[in-house]
Amino acid sequence: MRIAVTAQDKNLDAEFDSRFGRCKYFIIIDPDTEEYQAEVNQAATAHGGAGIQSAQFLANREVKTVITGHVGPNAARALEAAGIKVFIMESGTVRDAITAYKEGNLTEVSEATVDSHSGLNMS
Amino acid sequence: MIISIASGKGGTGKTTIAINLALTLAETESVCFMDCDVEEPNAHLFLKPVLEGSAQVTVPIPIVDEEQCNRCGRCGEICAFNAILPLGNHILTFPELCHGCGGCTLLCPTGAIREEPLEIGVVEWGHAGSISHTHGRLKIGSPLAPPIVKAVKNRNQNMPEGTISIIDAPPGTSCPVVASVSDSDFCLLVTEPTPFGLHDLTLAVDMVRALQVPFGVVINRAGLGNGGLVNYCKAKNIPMLAEIPFERKYAACYAKGGRLVEEFPEMKEAFQSLWQTICATAPEGTKLP
Repeated sequence: MRIAVTAQDKNLDAEFDSRFGRCKYFIIIDPDTEEYQAEVNQAATAHGGAGIQSAQFLANREVKTVITGHVGPNAARALEAAGIKVFIMESGTVRDAITAYKEGNLTEVSEATVDSHSGLNMS
Repeated sequence: MIISIASGKGGTGKTTIAINLALTLAETESVCFMDCDVEEPNAHLFLKPVLEGSAQVTVPIPIVDEEQCNRCGRCGEICAFNAILPLGNHILTFPELCHGCGGCTLLCPTGAIREEPLEIGVVEWGHAGSISHTHGRLKIGSPLAPPIVKAVKNRNQNMPEGTISIIDAPPGTSCPVVASVSDSDFCLLVTEPTPFGLHDLTLAVDMVRALQVPFGVVINRAGLGNGGLVNYCKAKNIPMLAEIPFERKYAACYAKGGRLVEEFPEMKEAFQSLWQTICATAPEGTKLP
C-alpha cells in the first residue's frame, strides 16, 4: 500500500505542501514500514493541466492514496479515474500527515475543493 | 499592408491609436480594421460598425470510443496540454485544455478517437463607414484565444488588393498577442512614460524582435512620469514615431467614445504625420499602398 504526501522538501520532516498539482515534491511512502522516496513534481511548472499530470504520475507509481491540501476539478476527475483516494489536511509536516492518516484523523474528499488554477499563485 | 498595434502593458492606448490611425487612413485608402483583443474587444465602441455577418469558431476535440481503445497510451504521450490521457481503465479527456491539434486522432492505432467541433467563440464583421470591421469574441469560460485571433485575421483574405489592415492586438506578450502580431508588415508598440510602461515595453520589444516584425514606439500620455522610456528607446535605437500629450481633453474624448482625429485638428495632423513616419521607417520591401 503506497500513499503520497505533497511536500515542500524531500524528507519526512519537510513542511507539507497544500497544493496538489503544483506541489514541489511527492513523498511516496509505505505507512507501515515508513520506507519512502521523494520525487520531484515535474508538473509543478506546467503551463496547464498540472493536476492531471500529477495524478497520472502517481497512478504510474501505483499510489492508492494521496494526502494534500486542495484539489482542483480536473485533478479530482483524474484521481477518481485512477482510483486514488484523496485525504485533506491543513498544515504540518509530512510525518504529521502520516500519523494523522494512520490514526484516521484525516477527511476523505471525492470532489474538487478549489477552482481550477488555484495552485498557480500560491508559493 | 498589415499594421499591428500592440503594447506589453494594458491600458496604454492601443485602441485609441488603432482606431484613429484607421479613421485617418480611411479618407484616402481602403482600410480593414481587425480587433484581435478577443477577450475584450472594444474598438467597436468607437468605430460603431453595422454588423453584417458572423461565424462560429470551433476547435476539434477528441471523443474516445473506449471499446475500440487498446490502452496503448500514445494519445496521452503526444498531448502537450494533458487534454487526453489513459488513467485506470478509462481514457479521460479535458476539452477545455485541448488546442485542437489532432495529434491524438492521428496517432491512435485502432481508430478509437474521432473529433467533434467545440465552440470557443465567434467572429463578427461589418462596416463602419468605408472601414471594413471584424472582431472576435472568446466564449466566456473558454481559455483558448489564438484560434479566434486567427479566424479574425483570415477575414483579411477577402479584402481588395492594396487594403491597409489595422490589427488591434490584446495586451501582454502571450500566445494571443503573438498570433495577432505575426505576419504584420509593421508593428506599433504603444506605451506610456511610466516604470510599468517601460518594463512591459521591453518585453514587447523582445517579442516583436523574435517575430522579426519591424516596429516603432508610440508614446501615449507623454509628459507623465519620467525619462526612462525615452532613454531606453534611444539606447536601443528604437524609433519613437509619435507622441500623444497627457491632457484631460483627450482622456475626456476617449471616455465618451469619441474620436481624437475628428475632435482635435492637431490630432488629425499627428496621425497623418504618424502614417508618413511609418512609411518612411518601414524597411524596403514592405508592401506600401
